[in-house]
Amino acid sequence: MTVGQICEKLRLKSLTGDVGMDREVKGAYVCDLLSWVMAHAHEGDAWITIQTHTNIVAVATLIELSCIIIPENAEIEDDTIKKAIEEGIPILTSEQNAFMICKNLISIGLGS
Amino acid sequence: MGNISYEFPVEKDDFERAGEASSKIKKILRQLGMDSGIIRRVAIGAYEAEMNLVIHSLGGTIRIDIDPKSIIITAEDKGPGIHDINLAMKEGYSTATEKIREMGFGAGMGLPNMKRCSDIFEIQSIVGKGTKIVMKMNLKDGD
Repeated sequence: MTVGQICEKLRLKSLTGDVGMDREVKGAYVCDLLSWVMAHAHEGDAWITIQTHTNIVAVATLIELSCIIIPENAEIEDDTIKKAIEEGIPILTSEQNAFMICKNLISIGLGS
Repeated sequence: MGNISYEFPVEKDDFERAGEASSKIKKILRQLGMDSGIIRRVAIGAYEAEMNLVIHSLGGTIRIDIDPKSIIITAEDKGPGIHDINLAMKEGYSTATEKIREMGFGAGMGLPNMKRCSDIFEIQSIVGKGTKIVMKMNLKDGD
């Protein structure tokens, strides 16, 4: 499944335009502690987090996450979006909370 | 492949640029065509070391030395030094401020993550002088 397909099926809004829409999403990971994510998330995971500062892009880039999903329309710093575009990491937002985003990801076949 | 070395300065409290040194290190390994498993280990170790310099130190450097048999990451800072290394190595222990924790740092996993990524992990610290961390990752055939 690609980032673009997830965007469409879950009606997520991309803040980074078309960046990385063809990246493959292999799973998902939910956590707001950056070191925990570094240690445990897998390459290709969609990362659901409420953290919105620029360093989330560094984490996603370093361990090759497929995209970052920000729940509940939390506000995202402009610098974060700028950096994400530079690094080719898609940032998507949803009005739903992290639990509902996971539920929907599972219902469209992720993680099975 | 000959020996390759790079050194990157890391400023204290520079959250804007935090992660850049580790990203550069990762790009170097990629250009060398290294295996994704070893790249991930080095990237995690370098990132944790870099974030520790930004959050806890008065500034320092991250260095990478690559030879045919290993990759060595060295993080060295100008202080303030760690009072109790055993305590600092304990998962979950952190001296980070509330503000830093709200940003998702300070989980007390930095040093344990570095150790986990390394084949050999060394830490030396003198209060008032500084801390030096050396992470050695051995290269196997195919890395």
